[in-house]
Amino acid sequence: MAELTLAAKDRPVEGKKFPAPAGAKRTRTFKVYRWDPDKGGNPRIDSYEVDLDTCGPMVLDALIKIKNEMDSTLTFRRSCREGVCGSCAMNIDGTNDLACTKYIADVKGDVKIYPLPHMAVVKDLVSDLNTIFAQYASIEPWLKADTAAPARERPQSPEERARLDGLWECILCFCCSTSCPSYWWNSDRYLGPAVLLQAYRWIADSRDEATGQRLDNLEDPFRLYRCHTIMNCTKTCPKGLNPAKAIGEIKKLMVERR
Amino acid sequence: MANAKGNLRSDLGRVRGLGSAKEGVRHWWVQRVTAIALIPLSLWFVAGIVFLIDVDRATAIQWLGSPVTLGLMSLFLIALIYHTVLGLQVVIEDYIHSHAVKLTLLLAIQFAGWGLAAAGIIAMLLITIYGG
Repeated sequence: MAELTLAAKDRPVEGKKFPAPAGAKRTRTFKVYRWDPDKGGNPRIDSYEVDLDTCGPMVLDALIKIKNEMDSTLTFRRSCREGVCGSCAMNIDGTNDLACTKYIADVKGDVKIYPLPHMAVVKDLVSDLNTIFAQYASIEPWLKADTAAPARERPQSPEERARLDGLWECILCFCCSTSCPSYWWNSDRYLGPAVLLQAYRWIADSRDEATGQRLDNLEDPFRLYRCHTIMNCTKTCPKGLNPAKAIGEIKKLMVERR
Repeated sequence: MANAKGNLRSDLGRVRGLGSAKEGVRHWWVQRVTAIALIPLSLWFVAGIVFLIDVDRATAIQWLGSPVTLGLMSLFLIALIYHTVLGLQVVIEDYIHSHAVKLTLLLAIQFAGWGLAAAGIIAMLLITIYGG
């Protein structure tokens, strides 16, 4: 059955409190999910009072400040700090987002930070992405062509290139897939919006010669058709992309080739 | 999710699994075709029921027994049941993960759904042939 409640051992309990440094005038409380595989036990929600006057404007700035100045045991992924690497995807204030492009000021009240929903947790805010990257590998995200490579690049008209807009910008942060209830219930078989958008990125590429083979690989009640157009993916995408539309285009092609 | 204990299969091997089933388009297409067909058919059905409220038995039998009503009612029942069964199938596949329970329920909705459709159409035929 779908899991509608957490098992008792997975329910977060109230954790440690880290007060703001003396003299801090403008503070904000960050409630952060903590779980350490070496210690086990229930996850905790630790509270950090961060001095906003000495902190950058983004949620990631606050996390880095917490790790540097308050609690070095806090674990999270981050790299580019400008929304191009997709590492710091997490659940902030109830929605999936990139910590580096989410303003603290846009959150009302305490800033609640959890790992991406319904993923196995490696530690704290780091979720296990092994399956989802294997799913990405399974759609073979590279150009496939039997025509011998020309002396220079494979040509593509501006119109053909324009069809890839809204697809190539995906940074594989997986905010969309982990916001999708269908992916929560059936992530072992459903590919999820991020991977299907990437699959369509290669289906839509005029230079690719394996379109039919790609569609064959997706034609499955679970791999593709678990998408019920819930649209959480499109709503949550930090890059403003539309995975639901890409999936719709794949479904249209499936009908077209019957 | 990481491999369970005693399972050393690679993530990619697990994800590829048994391969794609090469089906699902028909389900998707028929669900949409029946949905569109149900718009006029449902309006006709409701209008028919409203018409039956104020008429006497003989008129009702006459209306129900007409070949046009028989045809439209059969189409309505088939579209309705087909659409319902396809929809329920998706819900069951989404939420039920025990293979035995899933298979049982999937078969049960097929039997129940088509049984109801058959009962409805046979009832209509009896009215048409024997006049109620």
